[in-house]
Formats: sequence, structure tokens, C-alpha cells
Amino acid sequence: MSVANLSYRAVFALVLKRDLTIAMRHKDDIINPLLFFVIVVTLFPLGIGPEAQTLSRIAPGIIWVAALLSTLLSLDRLFKSDHVDGSLEQMLLSPQPVFILVLAKIVAHWLITGLPLILIAPLLAVLLHLNEQSYGALILTLLLGTPVLSLLGAIGVALTVGIKKGGVLLSLLVLPLYIPVLIFATSAIDTAALGLPYSGQLAIIAALFFGSLTLAPFAVGAALKVSTN
Amino acid sequence: MWKWLHPYANPEVSYHFAGKILPWLSALAALFLSIGLIWALAFAPADYQQGDSFRIFYIHVPAASLSMGIYLGMAIAAFTSLVWQFKLADASAAAMAPVGATFTAIALITGAAWGKPMWGTWWIWDARLTSELILLFLYLGVIALHNAFEDKNLAGKAAGILTLVGVINLPIIKYSVEWWNTLHQGSTVSKLGKPSMSVDMLWPFVFCFLGFIFLVSVFICIRFRSEILARNSIRPWVRTLVSEHIAQEKTNAV
Amino acid sequence: MQFDSFSAFINMGGYGFYVWLSYGVATALLLILMFSSVTGHKHVIKNIAQRKQREDKLRQVREQRQKQDKQSKSTLSEEVTE
Repeated sequence: MSVANLSYRAVFALVLKRDLTIAMRHKDDIINPLLFFVIVVTLFPLGIGPEAQTLSRIAPGIIWVAALLSTLLSLDRLFKSDHVDGSLEQMLLSPQPVFILVLAKIVAHWLITGLPLILIAPLLAVLLHLNEQSYGALILTLLLGTPVLSLLGAIGVALTVGIKKGGVLLSLLVLPLYIPVLIFATSAIDTAALGLPYSGQLAIIAALFFGSLTLAPFAVGAALKVSTN
Repeated sequence: MWKWLHPYANPEVSYHFAGKILPWLSALAALFLSIGLIWALAFAPADYQQGDSFRIFYIHVPAASLSMGIYLGMAIAAFTSLVWQFKLADASAAAMAPVGATFTAIALITGAAWGKPMWGTWWIWDARLTSELILLFLYLGVIALHNAFEDKNLAGKAAGILTLVGVINLPIIKYSVEWWNTLHQGSTVSKLGKPSMSVDMLWPFVFCFLGFIFLVSVFICIRFRSEILARNSIRPWVRTLVSEHIAQEKTNAV
Repeated sequence: MQFDSFSAFINMGGYGFYVWLSYGVATALLLILMFSSVTGHKHVIKNIAQRKQREDKLRQVREQRQKQDKQSKSTLSEEVTE
């Protein structure tokens, strides 16, 4: 069977598996952003003071901002090594649609960085005395919100992958785009703490997720074509 | 209509066209701004609630709406350049970014200076001020991306994609910030109410607004011309133009 | 005219500082933008002129060298024929 005849699903699975294998061989790429996430969150009680009331008031914001920053930190590896060793260009030259390839890479990135973040978030919520009613909201918003972070971040990485010192630039490009997710996620958690329904905020985050899921891969593909020029 | 537009796709023609309308635009900007600003500062009546601090309105509002307008213009230019591979649109988008950033900064600073006597603090997380701040970040991102690439054509394309992503996000950001603002309105926030504009307030505002629009076009024209030159630096017409310019400067110096 | 005297105009009914601050900052920023636009234009022209000069010089050197090469070749061939 020639490579050109692969179905879209097979291509997707192939790229996903490849990225996951590479990630498993460089485990520190998975662990370091997580450690960063944990350390940033533990810094806040040290800076603000250990009063449980204050901490539980600001816990959603801290967890989400830390999640944004650690995602940002891990974004760099999304295309960088592939760009350096030339496999990114090979992917762009392949007959398969760029949309599928890019989407597979983003999904792999989320599985590597977003999912562990969600798993460790309840632990940090305990440290910050998050209101017990908010745990469900925290997990749900992270579940819907972190893929948006990966998708939007991929656009920024694709734009800066050809630039030597793209790290700081990346944060300048991507962080403003993260603001709506941050606002709705923290608000959902706050609302949950009051015992009120937060399905509205969740629905908006879900809308952001599906919107970016359909549009972001196109933008990433276009940006990669510019960057690998 | 397309036939009429066609010659302007040529960089040389647009360069000279921009140069030709530049003095007219400058004259119009100077005329409208001097009339409008003097009228606004000295002759327009003071607001019955806000007193003379209302005079900040005459620069704050034009700057704020132009900052959004320029971003929209940039997005349209980026779209045309990406879809129709229209190189000049890239140049115009690159010309617009710093102008838009400056107007956003003006809107922010005048907003703060207006807020101090009205709200009692320089900064308040008011929905409009916050989204203006985020708009400034978006502008700075576009400018930074422009500067990061050596090749101007690549820079234009990359910044174009970012601009389009930003323009899709901008309404979402604006909506979310407004929503966030109404949610967190714990402290006593006396929003700047919609000022009831009387006719003697409206006219100076119209003059100021038109003046600022002309001023923006002047800036964009100047920057557009330099962008065209930078992007076509190996073309013969640019070469002859530059050598003529240098020769003229030499004769002026002598 | 809304103001009785010049000092009243400067005072702006007690809001003078804020009004003049905003107008001053706006003017300053616009002047900076104007300055950077105009100098940017001059800078671009200067850059292109410098590049042109450099390329012209390179071309001259190349042509000279070609001429020299030809001359030396012709003298060589003359020597051979002799």
C-alpha cells in the first residue's frame, strides 16, 4: 500500500502515535511543565498569606493562570523539533491534508500536557482551599478549556517556529487570545462555589472549543506554510 | 470598477498616488483638527454634570473608535493579501499597525485622565478600558511579529494571519470582558453615562473626528510609501527614485 | 467663548490638569508617530541608496577584473602564437 492511499483516519492515528512515542522518550518534556504548574501555584500562598478564606477566593484564578502559563511553556515543543530536523516540511509536502496532520499534532500535545494538568489540578485545589462545590466545575472547565489553549497556542507556535528567539514573542501573541477562556472558566468555578448552575459558562467554553477546533487548524496550516518558507 | 482599480495594484503607481494625495490630506487634517480642537477647548459648552473635564471626550472617543477601525482595516487588508495574494495590501497592513497602536495608547491614557476626576482613580477595570488594553496587546503582538522576520514579505504574511485570528477573537474578547465586568461590579462604579450631546457639542466633535481620520490617513500614507520602497528595493524604478532623491538632497545641501 | 479669561481657560473649571494632560499626551504621541514615520521613510531611502552604492561598486570591480582577465588572456594567446 502506498502512503498516498492512507485514509484520513490512518494518517491522523499515525501522526498521533508518532508524537506520543517521541514524547514518551523525552519524559521531561511532560514533567517539566507540570512541575512549573505546581510550583507557580504553591508560590501564591507564600506571597499572599495562608488565610484559607483569601486563598479559596482567588484559587480559580490562580489555577487557571498557572494552567495558561504552563501550557505556554510546553507549546514550544509542538513544532520546534520537527522544524529543526526537517520532518515538518516533509509533512507539509505530503499529499495528506495539512488540517489532519496539524490536528493530530495538537491532539497529541493536549494529551501530553493538558491531560496531566487536569489530573493534578484537584490536588492543587486542595492546597488552595478551593470551595468543595467547585471541584466539578474546575475539572469540567479544564477539560473543555485546555484543548482551546492548545489549539490557539498552536497558531502562535506555527507563526514563530521559524524565528530564532520566538519564546517571548509567543507569549505576547498568544496570551491576549486566552483571555475569554480565562474569564469564562474562572467565572464558572466561582458560580459553582455559590451553588448556582454554571452550565451557561460551560456552554460558552464549549462553543469556544468547537469554534477553535474547526478554525485553528486552518490558521496553523497557513502559518506553517509561511514559517517553513 | 475592477478595471479602474487595476493600475493601483502596481506598486509604482500607488506609491506616486499616495505621494500625490499626501499634501491634500495633511492640509485637510490640519484644517479640521485646528478648527475642531479650538472649538472643543474654548467654545463648546461644558457638560452640566462633568463640567470642563468633558473636553477630553473630543479626543478620547475619536481615538478609541479609530483604534478599533484601524484594526478592522488591517484585518481587511490582511484578508485581501492572503486570499488574492495582493502584495500591496500587506504593505498597507504593515503601515496601519503602529498608527493603530498609537491611537489605542491615546485612547487608554485619555481614558485614564478622564477617569481620575470622574471615578476618583486613574484606572478602573471598566469594560471599555479593559478591552482597549487588550486591543493594545494585540497591536503590539502584530508589530512584534512584523519586526521578528527579516524578510518583509514573510513578515507581512505571518502578521496577516495573526491579524485575522485577532479580529475573530476581538468580538469574543469584547463580549467576555463586558460580561466579566457586569459580573464583578462590586465597588461603586459610576459609569460614564451616555452624554446627551447637544448640537453645539456635536459639531466640534464631528470636526475633531474628521480631522483625526485625515490625520490617520496622512500617517498611513507616509508609512505605506516607506513599506512599498522597502519591499521593492531591487526594482529599477525604486533605484532611480532613490538616486534622484539623493541627488536632490546633495544639491540642497550645497 | 466659554471662558472669561485666559487663566480660566487654563484652569478648565478645576479640571485643567486632566484636560491638558490628555491633550498634551495625545499631541506628544502623535508627534512621536509623525517623527518616526518621516525618519523611517528617510531611513528606508538611505538604506536602499547604500545598497545600490555597494552593488555598483561590486559591479565595477567585477567588470575591471573581467577586463584584466581578458587582457591577460589575450597576451597569453599572443605569446602562444608567437
